[in-house]
Amino acid sequence: GSTGSIGAAACKNNVTSFQRKGPRASGTDSGCSRLVSIAGTRPSVRNGQLLVSTGLPALDQLLGGGLAVGTVLLIEEDKYNTYSSLLFKFFLAEGIINGHTLLVASAKEDPADILQELPAPLLDDNCKKDFDEDVCNHKTPDSNIKMKIAWRYQLLPKMESGPVSSSRFGHYYDASKRMPQELIEESKWHGFFFPEKLSSTLTTEPRSLTGGYRKLLQFIQNVIYEEGFDGSNPQKKQKNILRIGIQNLGSPLWGDDICCTENCDNSHSLTKFLYVLRGLLRTSLSACIITMPTHLIQNKAVISRVTNLSDTVVGLESFTGSGRETNPLYKDYHGLIHIRQIPRLNNLIYDVSDVKDLAFKLKRKLFTIERLHLPPDLSDTVSRSSKQDLAGSSKLLGPGCGMMAGGKQHLDF
Amino acid sequence: MYPELNNLLNTTPDRAEQGKLTLLCDAKTDGSFLVHHFLSFYLKANCKVCFVALVQSFSHYNIVGRKLGVSLTAARECGQLVFLEGLKSSVDVFFRAQAEPHPLQFLREADVGNLQPLYEFIREALKPMEDGQAAWRYPVLLVDDLSVLLSLGLGAVAVLDFMHYCRVAVCWEQKGNIVALVHDSGDAEDEENDILLNGLSHQSHLILRAEGLATGFCRDVHGQLKILWRTPSQPAAQRDRSLTYQYKIQDKSVSFFAKGMSPAVL
Repeated sequence: GSTGSIGAAACKNNVTSFQRKGPRASGTDSGCSRLVSIAGTRPSVRNGQLLVSTGLPALDQLLGGGLAVGTVLLIEEDKYNTYSSLLFKFFLAEGIINGHTLLVASAKEDPADILQELPAPLLDDNCKKDFDEDVCNHKTPDSNIKMKIAWRYQLLPKMESGPVSSSRFGHYYDASKRMPQELIEESKWHGFFFPEKLSSTLTTEPRSLTGGYRKLLQFIQNVIYEEGFDGSNPQKKQKNILRIGIQNLGSPLWGDDICCTENCDNSHSLTKFLYVLRGLLRTSLSACIITMPTHLIQNKAVISRVTNLSDTVVGLESFTGSGRETNPLYKDYHGLIHIRQIPRLNNLIYDVSDVKDLAFKLKRKLFTIERLHLPPDLSDTVSRSSKQDLAGSSKLLGPGCGMMAGGKQHLDF
Repeated sequence: MYPELNNLLNTTPDRAEQGKLTLLCDAKTDGSFLVHHFLSFYLKANCKVCFVALVQSFSHYNIVGRKLGVSLTAARECGQLVFLEGLKSSVDVFFRAQAEPHPLQFLREADVGNLQPLYEFIREALKPMEDGQAAWRYPVLLVDDLSVLLSLGLGAVAVLDFMHYCRVAVCWEQKGNIVALVHDSGDAEDEENDILLNGLSHQSHLILRAEGLATGFCRDVHGQLKILWRTPSQPAAQRDRSLTYQYKIQDKSVSFFAKGMSPAVL
């Protein structure tokens, strides 16, 4: 409960400070009960924060339940942008499944083409028809499954390791199939393809950002304002979430040179963009995913500033083309995933998983994230080289809350 | 505020020192818990607070403040708290040209911006009341955080000048306090940030530095806090006093203990 007593005794009016906890991102003072019923969202168990799924239930779990509405998820791209674009597509596909509005911005691919390549959702045959049904369907996921023999195990909490039927929050996707055309056509989306907007003189003020970022911000703000995501259209009965996806932000295709040189002239353009974007998100019902080729940014200071300006930061490191591809330690996995930053929203503490060594793999259909398990050392002589390699790589895995002296020691605190 | 931190700093809301600049610094961890501490501390001390909150929204600080026993909405309504919400105001400034200079006017400027409108805003917010009757004890300026200003196009020297002006207006003229948070970028080689951090360190009376543990993540010890008391006016005549503690952040408070004395270990 919250306190009605206020520190300032000299305060004139005795207004009680008790307020029901509602989704923080709401710009207006609408009641929390109305907002919680938006499709594809759920309140966080910790602080009632409204969350949306990232499209990858394993990642949702690592982020403390999902991505908070009003925040930015920054994905540090892997070297060849194979897996980060997959995460980008999962996020958008989740939006389509939940009926959210999408805003897709790219300087490389036409948003219409990106939407055509979205993965298909994995659903049981039972639930294919649940798709168009009422959102407030309260059917529990495992009501069909009754255990006859080992019935005590039914009481244990289930591990979400495979496709779950008709869960309202978080779906699994089949990376080998495409999203059905009718679902894409039913969905509402806005596309921003930078090469098309180059010639348009949408706005020339203010000059503090480079052209691409300025136009993108203006576009996003227009969509938010016109569709009422910031509460500016109170007549709208059905509130919805706007999912914004920005691909390869910071790459030279956006007109920015932070990936090209170390001392760039426009180094503040990207950081200003992120700041104003976050301001837009905080005052509207939207969530944003950004993929950024941070491995190309040569100025480390820019990367640390970008991290500080984002809420959640996840880094992907794929093994493709590196020495680790053939390293027997990593043979089951395709890369490592680093949770670099999780925001502490409305709270002093946050949900942080104990597991810092996480790896991902793209099986035939599913993208899974697992704790990095070392294969058992079955050789006759314990090989020292593999242990040193592990200690060296552990320096890169799991910095957690701080790792100031990296070193060859693999210490367990 | 955290009672244990008050004990370590040897202050209470009733008898805090005046005219001081406190620098909060975090390296490889999140030092925002210190900002929440000082916000609730000075509100409880019945001071007039001007909070320049550039990184999070009002409701974020409000909800945490309620856990710590202060209500920001009530304080704002009765005039004790002047809250500049950076994120929300930046949207207004950026998309609509303002008639009069807005505190965050530098967001619209193409070349290196200037913090004078922000300084004027703070000065206006903290000026003493004309009728001479002081409803509040002394003014306090709280900034979260200064490193963001560097990301928004301002130079380190501009930010240092701004802090100097604020110190004259708040600490010297009105015997108030200033608390500011700066991130330490560590090996990220952020030169501008290092200039800002070093410059402010030399001007501060108290430095609280939150660091991550050298050995990595630990569930029971979230980090280490170094407290450094300084006297900027006396040129190294006496040795500055420094203490180091470890801390664990909980839902409504933060507990501090000597190094190695975490309750989980004992």
